Amino acid sequence: MPGAISPALAQAAGAAPALLDVSLRINGTEHRLSLDPRTTLLDALREHLHLTGSKKGCGLGQCGACTVLMDGMRVKACLSLAALAQGREIKTIEGLAQGDELHPLQASFIERDAFQCGYCTSGQIMAGVACISEGHAGSPQDIREWMSGNLCRCGAYDHIVAAIQDAAAVSSSTQGG
Amino acid sequence: MHPFVLERPCDLSAVLALGAQAGRNDAPVEYIAGGTDMVQLLQEHVRRPDRLVSLAGVLDDGIEIGPQGLRLGAAATMAEVAAHQGVVEQFPLISQALLNSASPQVRNQATMGGNLLQRTRCPYFRDVGYQACNKRAPGSGCAALDGENRWHAVLGTSDDCIAVHPSDLAVALVALDATVELRGTGGDRSVPLSELHRLPRDTPHLETVLEPGEVITAITVPANAAGLRSHYLKLRDRASFEFAAVSAAVAIETDGARIRQARVALGGVGTKPWRLPNVEQALADKNLEPGELRSAAALAAEGAQGRGHNDFKIELMQRAIVRAVEIAGARA
Ligand SMILES: Cc1cc2nc3c(=O)[nH]c(=O)nc-3n(C[C@H](O)[C@H](O)[C@H](O)COP(=O)(O)OP(=O)(O)OC[C@H]3O[C@@H](n4cnc5c(N)ncnc54)[C@H](O)[C@@H]3O)c2cc1C
Ligand code: SF4
Ligand code: FES
Ligand code: FES
Repeated sequence: MPGAISPALAQAAGAAPALLDVSLRINGTEHRLSLDPRTTLLDALREHLHLTGSKKGCGLGQCGACTVLMDGMRVKACLSLAALAQGREIKTIEGLAQGDELHPLQASFIERDAFQCGYCTSGQIMAGVACISEGHAGSPQDIREWMSGNLCRCGAYDHIVAAIQDAAAVSSSTQGG
Repeated sequence: MHPFVLERPCDLSAVLALGAQAGRNDAPVEYIAGGTDMVQLLQEHVRRPDRLVSLAGVLDDGIEIGPQGLRLGAAATMAEVAAHQGVVEQFPLISQALLNSASPQVRNQATMGGNLLQRTRCPYFRDVGYQACNKRAPGSGCAALDGENRWHAVLGTSDDCIAVHPSDLAVALVALDATVELRGTGGDRSVPLSELHRLPRDTPHLETVLEPGEVITAITVPANAAGLRSHYLKLRDRASFEFAAVSAAVAIETDGARIRQARVALGGVGTKPWRLPNVEQALADKNLEPGELRSAAALAAEGAQGRGHNDFKIELMQRAIVRAVEIAGARA
């Protein structure tokens, strides 16, 4: 079964608990799932709903690759139990573009070449979208502090900061200040 | 993760009846609030409760400032408290400590109650691959005593455990004389934050004075802590998103260049959030002058014991106090 722990570990840990009916609202669509209570939101997205844009870097809250928006706020999906995310509005990288039109931050990541391997990128973009909407993208220094929960092993930080600055400028000009 | 039954009670009395207990590694039932520490501990098999009881939606998440002072509902998030206008203006030490904690994502998820009850970052505690850890497995020994102990405590330690209490928030709150309000099946009580956590002594697996079932419902800070000149200085291995090597929470009342009264607490160095009454007394009536501050701060080292890699903290914590008082004193 996708999302379950390996059979060996499951055996070591004891019998699997009863499944829970969980309804998750993701990118505007309601999904009904039957989940082991241990399933994290990240595993529900990736293994059960096949929304693999959100990445698992560490699974322990330390890298930010799994960042999604919950009721508009950035959170780490690997530290959330899926069953406790019921009733929340979840947005993943898959829900950012409008049809074929990229979100301004997605476009500026491409424009600024803000990635190498790309593994951290969807988490960076989700965190960046929140960073801008929170008003924490006023200066490169601000962006570095408020993006510190997202690590990039390729060290694309300078380009990531530039991409967020660009997108923040676009959003403040379209919002008239 | 060890299999568990997930309980999602819809009111507090149903929660209390389930008898979960924070801060005990042998508790078969545990609460989960924001989950930022608990999920990690479950993932790593450090905690293996049979039942996990969600506190979502049953605890107060309000932030209020009144004549009595500040009241933080246990479910208020780190992000909400840090950004609250009244907290920023009247209790900036709290806001500063929070903004220097974790990352924006974690702060959006993590709650006040969970922050105070988060478990130590001692790497041996968090890695079940190591056998010796009295906190995780009572009687098994302590791998940190003669191991990699750069991150460990120098104050309040015992021969059984030298783990640091990792919360920044708790350091700021203990300096401001905060109290925690508790509710259990037997009713309500309140405990000074300075008495919530136990010293490790020979029972490091018992971290708090909470009874089975008891929850933290709120944190209060008295009004007389409002408006002091304060500073939270956090020294760490990277500029952001890192636990403290040493931190100092300082709040002072001054009369020109003279300190009338001071409150001082340290993080990163104590087995619990560490208040320093002897340093506070020595700072009273001193001038904001480096030599005088330095001799007062030296008292922080009374009883301090390093274990090798963490010896540097004993000097660093004294310097941190001096710097934090200087910065607080220079504030308008
Ligand atoms: C990557 C990372 C970096 C971090 N960096 C820092 C840092 O620099 N500084 C810092 O201070 N912290 C840091 N933290 C720790 C973080 O602040 C805590 O994980 C968080 O505050 C815990 O809150 P929570 O609501 O998520 O608690 P949970 O994980 O849900 O619970 C933690 C514990 O508290 C108990 N509990 C929770 N609420 C209550 C209640 N109301 N009554 C009784 N028991 C309760 C639970 O049973 C559990 O034992 C970091 C965490 C991560 C993941
Ligand atoms: S310091 Fe405490 S938590 Fe760390 S290994 Fe020793 S007993 Fe365990
Ligand atoms: S996978 Fe969630 S923070 Fe690393
Ligand atoms: S682009 Fe490779 S980790 Fe960031």
